[in-house]
Amino acid sequence: MYPDDCKYTKEHEWIRAEGGLYAVGITSFAAEQLGDVTYVDLPKPGKQVKQGESTAAVESVKAASDIYAPAGGRVVEVNTALGDAPELVNEGPFEAGWFFKLEGVDAAELSNLMDAKAYAAYVEAQH
Amino acid sequence: MSWAPATASERDDMLSVIGVKTIEDLFTSVPAHLRPKSWNLPAGISEMAVRDEMAKIAAKNAAAHTSFLGGGAYDHYIPAAIDALVSRGEFYTAYTPYQPECAQGTLQSIYEYQSAICRLTDMEFANASLYDGGTAVFEATTMSVRITGRSKIVVHDSLSPIYRRMLDTHTAHLQLDIVTGDDPTDAACVIVQNPSFLGTIADYTALAKRCHDAGALLVISFYPISLGLVKSPGEMGADICIAEGQCLGVPLAFGGPWLGIMATRKEHVRKMPGRIAAETSDAQGRRGFVLTLQAREQHIRRDKAMSNICSNEALCALRALMYMSLMGKEGFRDVARHCYSKAEYLKSKLTFATVLNEGPTFNEFAVRLPKNAETVIAEMAKRGYLAGLPLSSLDAGADTDLLIAVTERRSRAELDAFSAALEEVSCN
Repeated sequence: MYPDDCKYTKEHEWIRAEGGLYAVGITSFAAEQLGDVTYVDLPKPGKQVKQGESTAAVESVKAASDIYAPAGGRVVEVNTALGDAPELVNEGPFEAGWFFKLEGVDAAELSNLMDAKAYAAYVEAQH
Repeated sequence: MSWAPATASERDDMLSVIGVKTIEDLFTSVPAHLRPKSWNLPAGISEMAVRDEMAKIAAKNAAAHTSFLGGGAYDHYIPAAIDALVSRGEFYTAYTPYQPECAQGTLQSIYEYQSAICRLTDMEFANASLYDGGTAVFEATTMSVRITGRSKIVVHDSLSPIYRRMLDTHTAHLQLDIVTGDDPTDAACVIVQNPSFLGTIADYTALAKRCHDAGALLVISFYPISLGLVKSPGEMGADICIAEGQCLGVPLAFGGPWLGIMATRKEHVRKMPGRIAAETSDAQGRRGFVLTLQAREQHIRRDKAMSNICSNEALCALRALMYMSLMGKEGFRDVARHCYSKAEYLKSKLTFATVLNEGPTFNEFAVRLPKNAETVIAEMAKRGYLAGLPLSSLDAGADTDLLIAVTERRSRAELDAFSAALEEVSCN
């Protein structure tokens, strides 16, 4: 139920290699828990982040959560479509609802993240 | 965890964690002479005796003096309708409007207040209000830091020294680099005040451009009444504007409660502190009002909130809204024009003193007297005048310098009598 080409964090972010860059978003489970997303506060392109650093924020009707970088790198692209259409996060959390893309990611940092199967078990165990 | 009050041993544990011996040690920043000498209060007395005692204390107030005192708070006229309307129970006892289904009146009044502030300042978004003009300077500062990610704050010398002191106190533990001047390089913001603390009016349009070219914000602390005549913060290109709103129908009341005004541009609204009321429609399409963008606030965002402000000065904001509505666009301009003209008239009469302002002024100006200002003020008080603010008391001038404010309340006869008395007192 979670895409196999992604790696997952305990804070429910996913990260996926895409043409030399790494895209980051939140999982379908996180989107469901948040409810209707009303706003995504995206970082400025160029921002250098460390693994686990608060990089973006997502607001829904009644909650707001920080989005942590699943790996360190430099933000090179943000999903500006979310400005007018934050609902994309709910509609396609793994596709059109991505948040930002990182370059210069050290692949070794991804080894401490979960794969799809481990993440599914993690979600199952928690809820 | 139980929610019983702390026991003596729990209190001792907490005190030892934060490293103080007694609860009294937490209050050492309050000067000793202002702290209670004893908690052994005298025995109770009758209601009649209390009234007599209070009347005696109240009689010491100089409430009947003719005021030329300003420096951030002003003796403007308050239409009687404001007190009558604001004391209605629906407004007076209303509480936090978190439940829109039972707070439509309060929410609508906040929404209309915000709209009036936006029209006055030519800005796009105002919040439901902050505590006062000084704390608004601090909130604008941290808002600029959030927006720009920079930590250098440039304070222009036009800013009130009282606000500057409040800013220094509030930011003492925030690791900000606060410098004086107007160079926006690497700064989160440049903070100016218009008219300046000494009353001088300036146009900050060019500074706004320099700020934006440097990636900094321009914060303007303005005097609401002056906007009846003076170019607005929005027209000048301010990113955040803030003000003390006491002049808009709020009584001086010995220093508060007053009204902190804040407005900004659309692109920064999510970084703005405080409540924001908004218009919406219900399931049947009827017009209604709610608090909006609440994810900025403490009850949702917790420690990541834009500010620890989670209240507002609703009743004072309502007074300001009533004041602006009663005055109307023309009336508001008239008040400003009266303030300006009367101040200019008084200025022309004070030939025995030197005006210190180096540009046009609105309703307040600084003069150098031939004598110590505090001495003159004490003598003028005996004659029934609050003559003004001695600038040396705030390290804002020499001990002969006096800041004089004139509002629309001062009649020509009062201005004539005041200038004659001031001349007599300062030249003899």
